[in-house]
Amino acid sequence: MTAIEQSNAGDLVPSPAGQDPAPDPHSGHSGVPNAKLAMWLFLSSDCLFFGAFIATYLLYRDRPGQTGPTPQDVYNIPFTSVTSFILLMSSLTMVLALAAVQRGDYRRFRVWIMATALFGATFIGGQIFEFTEFTRKGLNVDTNLFGSSFFILTGIHGTHVLIGIIWLVSLWGLSMQSRISQGDSERVEIAGLYWHFVDVVWIVIFTVIYLLPK
Amino acid sequence: MTTVARSLPKAAPRPLALRRPKRITGFWSWFTTVDHKKIGILYGATALLFFVVAGVEALLIRLQLAGPNGTVLTAAQYNTMFTMHGTTMVFLVGMPLAVAFGNYFIPLQIGARDVAFPRLNMFGYWVVLFGGLFIYSSFFLGGAPNGGWFGYTPLTSTPISGGALPGQGPNFWCVGIVLLGIGSTTSAINFIVTILNMRAPGMTLMRMPVFTWMMTVVAFLTVFAMPIITAAMIMVFFDRNYGTLFFVASKGGDPLLYQHLFWLFGHPEVYILILPGMGIVSEVLPVFSRKPLFGYSVVIFSGIAIGFMGWGVWAHHMFATGLGPVAISAFGLSTMLIAIPTGVKIFNWLGTVYGGAVRLTTAMLFSLGFIAMFTLGGLSGVLHSIVPADTQQTDTYFVVAHFHYVLFGGLVFGIFSGFYYWWPKIFGRMLNETIGKWNFWIMLVGFNLTFFPMHILGLTGMPRRTYRYPSGYGWDTMNMLETIGAFIIALGTLIFLVNLIFSLRRGQVAGNDPWDGRSLEWSIPSPPPAYNFAEIPVVEARDDWWHRKYTEDSEGRLVRLPSGGADDQADTASEPAGEAVGASVATATATDVALRDTSGATPAPVDDHTDGHGIHLPSPSYYPLVLAAGLPCLGYAAVFREIWWVVPGLVFLLFGMFAWGLEPSVDEEG
Repeated sequence: MTAIEQSNAGDLVPSPAGQDPAPDPHSGHSGVPNAKLAMWLFLSSDCLFFGAFIATYLLYRDRPGQTGPTPQDVYNIPFTSVTSFILLMSSLTMVLALAAVQRGDYRRFRVWIMATALFGATFIGGQIFEFTEFTRKGLNVDTNLFGSSFFILTGIHGTHVLIGIIWLVSLWGLSMQSRISQGDSERVEIAGLYWHFVDVVWIVIFTVIYLLPK
Repeated sequence: MTTVARSLPKAAPRPLALRRPKRITGFWSWFTTVDHKKIGILYGATALLFFVVAGVEALLIRLQLAGPNGTVLTAAQYNTMFTMHGTTMVFLVGMPLAVAFGNYFIPLQIGARDVAFPRLNMFGYWVVLFGGLFIYSSFFLGGAPNGGWFGYTPLTSTPISGGALPGQGPNFWCVGIVLLGIGSTTSAINFIVTILNMRAPGMTLMRMPVFTWMMTVVAFLTVFAMPIITAAMIMVFFDRNYGTLFFVASKGGDPLLYQHLFWLFGHPEVYILILPGMGIVSEVLPVFSRKPLFGYSVVIFSGIAIGFMGWGVWAHHMFATGLGPVAISAFGLSTMLIAIPTGVKIFNWLGTVYGGAVRLTTAMLFSLGFIAMFTLGGLSGVLHSIVPADTQQTDTYFVVAHFHYVLFGGLVFGIFSGFYYWWPKIFGRMLNETIGKWNFWIMLVGFNLTFFPMHILGLTGMPRRTYRYPSGYGWDTMNMLETIGAFIIALGTLIFLVNLIFSLRRGQVAGNDPWDGRSLEWSIPSPPPAYNFAEIPVVEARDDWWHRKYTEDSEGRLVRLPSGGADDQADTASEPAGEAVGASVATATATDVALRDTSGATPAPVDDHTDGHGIHLPSPSYYPLVLAAGLPCLGYAAVFREIWWVVPGLVFLLFGMFAWGLEPSVDEEG
C-alpha cells in the first residue's frame, strides 16, 4: 500500500493507536477516500455494461441481409459532431466548477455547475432531435439490427447523461441553500468523476459508431 | 484568479421529512439498522428462507422424476420449478449467504468497526430481498419464470405472441435479475472499499484472513460480472417487449450472442459462488488442525488466479454450439488450466490437516466433506474440458451431477461449515455438536445418494430439463434412489434448522473464543458489541490473535502466553501458563460478560483510546428502505408496461435519494 497522506476525513477509518512499535498508520488504507474509491469501482463496473452494448453494436454493424436504413443513410456527422463537442466542453466546465468550490468561490461554482448541466441538456436535446430524425427516415428499434443496437446503446448513454444532469442540478440546488461548502468539495469531485466518465464513454461511442468506416 | 473565500457557515443538517429513527433494539430496529452485523443476520435469515423454498422446488422435481412418466407436475410446472430452483439457489441463496458471512466477518477480521458505507449496505439488503420477493410474486401475477436459470434465447426473448414461453415469467426474471444485480454490486463495492481502506493498523493485505481475501476476489468478480448480465437482460427484455431484434435469427440476430454474454457473466458467477466456501474452509481447517494454513500466500494467489482465469473459460458451456475448432481448443485448454490453481488449493488444505492435532467438530467435518465432494466435482469438471467427452455429456444428467458436486458439495457444505464455526460468535451460543454430526452424516449420505447416480444416468444418456422419461431405459431404479436421497438431504436440512432454533434458546454459552481461533473475530465478546472493538487492534502478525495467545518454546512446542496478550481481554489470564497443546476452550469470564452487549443497547460509553472521543457509530436510517422500495415499483412498471407504477417508483427513488444525500451518516444530535 502506498503511504499517501490520508486525506479522508470520513468516519470509521481507524486511526493509529498510540502504541509502539508503531506500525505504519497507512498500512490499512489505500490512500483513496472511501467515496471516491466506490465511485471508481462503480465506473469500472459501468465500463463492462457499456462494453457489452458496444460489442453488440460492432457485431451487428455489418450483418448481411439487413433491410431498412443503414448508418450511411441516417447519420448526420456534422450535427452529431457539434453536440459531441458541446458534451466534451461540459467536462471543462465541470473541472472549473470543482476548482471553484475547492477555492470556496461558491458563486462561480454555481455558474459552472449550471453551465455543465445546460451543456448536458443541450446534448440530450440533440439526441432527441437525432432520434426523431432517424425515425422520420424510417429507422426504429424494430427495423433492423442496426436500429436495435444503435438506439439501445445511445439510449443507455443518454440515460446516464440524464442522471448526471439531475445530479448536477441537485448540487446547484444544494449550493443555493448554502449546503455545499469548501469541505464538501469531494461530493462535487465524485459527481465530476461520473460526468467525465459519461463523456469519455461518448468519445468511444462517437468514434466507434459514427466515425469508423464500414 | 482571485480567491473569493467567503466563509459560509455550514448549515445544520435539516431532516428532509422523516424524523431520524433512534431505535437500535427491538423489532423495528431491524428495518432501519445500519450495523453490519445485524445486516449480516438479515442476509443469512433471508437466504435460509429462500434455501428452504428452493429445496421444496427441488423435492417437487425429484418427486416428478421418481418414476417413469411422472404425474406430479405438468410440463409447464416442471419448467417453472427447475428455473426457479436454479435462480433461487444462485441469486437468493448462494450469493446472499456469502454476503451474510462477509458482512458479519469482514469488518471483524480486519479490525474495523463497520463497513465503509453502512447505509449502502442496508440498501443492498433491501434490494436483494425486494428482488427475491419480486421474482416470486410472479407466481401470483401472471406466471413464474420458466426459461431456465440461464434463460437462453430465442426461447426467452420471443414475445408472448410468438408463443415460445407462456406467461410473464421471463419478464419477471429479466427485471428481477437486474434488481438482484444492483443489490450484489452495491455490497461488492462496499466490501472492496472496506477491505482496501479500513483495515486496522498493521493489517497488511498479506496478513488478512483467507476468508476476507476470497471475499475480496468475489467482490471484484461481482463488480465486473453483474453489468454484463444486466446488459444481456436489457436486450432480452427489449426483444421480448419492444420488438428489438438482438436475438431474432430470422432478421439476422444471433441467439448465440446471448449465450456468450450470459456465460461471460455465468462463469465468473460460478467462482463468485464457490470462492466464499473456499475461504470458509481455509479458516476452519487451520483452527481445528491447530496449524497455520499450509502455504497461505499460495492459497491467496491461487484464489486471485482463479478470479482472473475465470474470465477466460466461459465458452466451455457452449462446446456443443459449433464455435469452431480454434475457439473450442482455446477454451478447452483454458478450462484445463484453471484446474491447476484449484488443485493447488486442495493440496494446501490437505497439507494443513496433515500432521495436525485434528478435532473432528461438525465445522471440521463439513470442511473435510467440502474437500472430498468438491474434488469429485472438480474431476468431473475437468472431464468437460475434453471437448469430445463434453459434447457427449452436454445436456445430460452428467452435467447436473458435476455442478451439484461443486455447488452443493462445495458451496453448501462450505457454508454449513461456516454456520457451525461462526454461529457461536454471532449468537453467543454453541450449536449442538451431537445434532451437528447427525446433520453432517445425513447430508453427506443424502447428497451422494442424490447426485452420484446422476453421473451414470448422464452417461447412459438421460437428458436434463425434461419433465418425464419413459420406462425401459434402465433409469428407473437410480431415479428412485435419487429421490430418496433428496428427501434425506431435506431431513438433514430440517435437523440443521432445528439445531439453529435449539441453540438460540438453549445452546451452551460460547464465550469469546470457543474454538481457540486464530483471527481477530475471536478476540472480542460473543456476540460482539455494536462497536466491535473497544480498542482498534494493532496487528503484528498473520493469525494475530493466535500469536497473542501462544508462543513457541525452545523446542518449537506451543506455549500459551500467560496474559493472552490482548490488552482488554483478560479471558485467558486465568489459565495456567505453558498449557499443553490441545488446550481446552477458553471459557467466558467476568470480563467478557461485562463487555458483552447481548441486549444490543446503546453503544456503551467506551472510550476510544485513539482520540479521546467516544465511538461514533453510524445512526440508523429509513432511507435505504425508501430508496430500495422504488426499484420493485419500477420493475412492475416494466413488466406490466403500465406507466402509473412509475409514479410511486420515482417518488420513492427521488425522495429516498435526496433525503439520504442530505442525512449525515452519524446523527450529531443523537
